[in-house]
Amino acid sequence: MPATIRLQRENFDPGAEAAALSRGRTDVGAVVTFTGICRGAEDGAPIAALTLEHYPGMAEAEIVRHVEEAGKRWPLLGVTVIHRYGRIEPGENIVLVVTASSHRDAAFAAAEFLMDYLKTRAPFWKQVESASGRTWVEAKAADDVAADRWAKPPGREAAE
Amino acid sequence: MSQLKLVYFAWVRERVGKAEEEVVPPASVATVADLVRWLGARGEEYAHAFENPKVIRAAIDKRHVRPEAAISGAREIAFFPPMTGG
Repeated sequence: MPATIRLQRENFDPGAEAAALSRGRTDVGAVVTFTGICRGAEDGAPIAALTLEHYPGMAEAEIVRHVEEAGKRWPLLGVTVIHRYGRIEPGENIVLVVTASSHRDAAFAAAEFLMDYLKTRAPFWKQVESASGRTWVEAKAADDVAADRWAKPPGREAAE
Repeated sequence: MSQLKLVYFAWVRERVGKAEEEVVPPASVATVADLVRWLGARGEEYAHAFENPKVIRAAIDKRHVRPEAAISGAREIAFFPPMTGG
């Protein structure tokens, strides 16, 4: 399964990345794209920017591991994951997950699986920059719950 | 125990006051939890960074590990808060 994994400071074009996954082939019947975008407010208070810190080497390795796991669980025909680091202003993209498959079920499920794991297992940390200074974003228990539901592999019937 | 590289991220890094360092823990430090306790006793900044071991996450050679993981053979151990990417 072709997989593209990039960690970068620069913004990206979700449309172009999604189009690239099905270009020149006719076996892809479904492409699911998730784009995480920097909001302009947190808990009602405006923010100036987010700064994302990451653990170089480990961040790539964790994403590769989870993309490989997604490839084992679902019949995917392609995956693209892009995660930015550095300073990101409201309205800019933060993360992209694109999954391609013959049918939508696998593409939807794999995209959700990858996002849930990126939130809880990929070594990135968000810091909020606002008028009141800089604060680290706290991990949400709901994200752990979302990731935990994938802990038990689903039935293999979807892949057969 | 031989020399070990420690790396810190996010508020653990800020509290410790450095991004990385080399340490030589005593032989009695066998697990990640032992290392957290040993580091916590190294000074005020470390005590602050490691005051709540339950929220500290660790990785050995860039793989997630649990507190009971053995550190023998490790080259690089990372400490950081729960992750907030995505």
